[in-house]
Amino acid sequence: MASPIEQFQIKPIIPVINFTNSSLFMIGATAVIVGGLLLATRNRAVVPGRAQSVAEMLHDFVANTLTDATGREGMKFFPLVFSLFMFVLTANLLGMIPGFFTVTSHIIVTFALAMLVIGTVVIYGFAKHGTHFLGLFVPSGVPAWLLPFIVVIELISFLSRPISLSLRLFANMLAGHIALKVFAGFVVSLLAAGGALTILAPLPLLMAVALMALEFLVAALQAYVFTVLTCIYLNDALHPGH
Amino acid sequence: MADPTKRSDENGREPSSSDDANLSARLRSLDARIDRASAHHEVKESSARPTSDSSALGQAFRLSAEFVSGVAAGGIVGWLVDRLFGTSPWGLIICLILGFCAGMLNLMRAAGMLKSARHDEKR
Repeated sequence: MASPIEQFQIKPIIPVINFTNSSLFMIGATAVIVGGLLLATRNRAVVPGRAQSVAEMLHDFVANTLTDATGREGMKFFPLVFSLFMFVLTANLLGMIPGFFTVTSHIIVTFALAMLVIGTVVIYGFAKHGTHFLGLFVPSGVPAWLLPFIVVIELISFLSRPISLSLRLFANMLAGHIALKVFAGFVVSLLAAGGALTILAPLPLLMAVALMALEFLVAALQAYVFTVLTCIYLNDALHPGH
Repeated sequence: MADPTKRSDENGREPSSSDDANLSARLRSLDARIDRASAHHEVKESSARPTSDSSALGQAFRLSAEFVSGVAAGGIVGWLVDRLFGTSPWGLIICLILGFCAGMLNLMRAAGMLKSARHDEKR
């Protein structure tokens, strides 16, 4: 039986330029997004067709999430947030197809995405507010003797943001795919065991089907959570503390 | 769609004296319908949030990631401090404890126990 974590192995496809299956699926996800959206908006009409209304729903969904968290002025970050949402969502869903590689199950990929967000927050925060951005680490209404501790804790809390942002997405995708593989493996080993155990084989199969549904939910939910947290962090860059 | 055409039929039969009243009545009914539609929309949106939160597994993953990342960030900072200033092992010890605090802070913020004034006021 194949190991449950074999599916995460990175295999070179073109070794000369370090093109791996991970790169292939990243490019694949981007191609699906760009191609799908271009195709959906090809025949633009006032009354949208089926594909166009899907594209519009995605746009409105992300735009609403962004303006809820950051207000009107946050819309200047819309291209970034929409790209992140679409990339994470598409990569997660592509990974659900059996045999496909899940890009977001590698922490380095999700960490790069998280650093992109935090880097944007830090650079924009300092560019827009200068040293006032550091007010983010100084909560109001704290006694003076406690302030040094609070500032250090807030600083570490801020530094933990890219870690938690990347860890959450990575852990969800990794755990889900391993669980699926393990339950699928049970079916095979129970069938191979023969005798009375063979009768039990459909049980893990049912579990795998249920997990599959859960994984689809998680794939969409994690893309949404990533987007919401991105919006909340961008809000800090737009409106740092007092 | 059936209602407005019916009304305009009635309009055609009746003289134009009641036209303005009719028009304003129709405007009012349209306003009411828009209000109802937008209220319905809002209700749908607010009910969508609890369902996405109530997935307990997702909640557990979210909160644990918040806490673990706080401790991990503290550990990384402590390790860097030790490396830069040669204060091993004190930097790591102190920063891990502070990271633990930061993890708790993250956890309480994520769970909504600590309504951070910062986020709410600036909406």
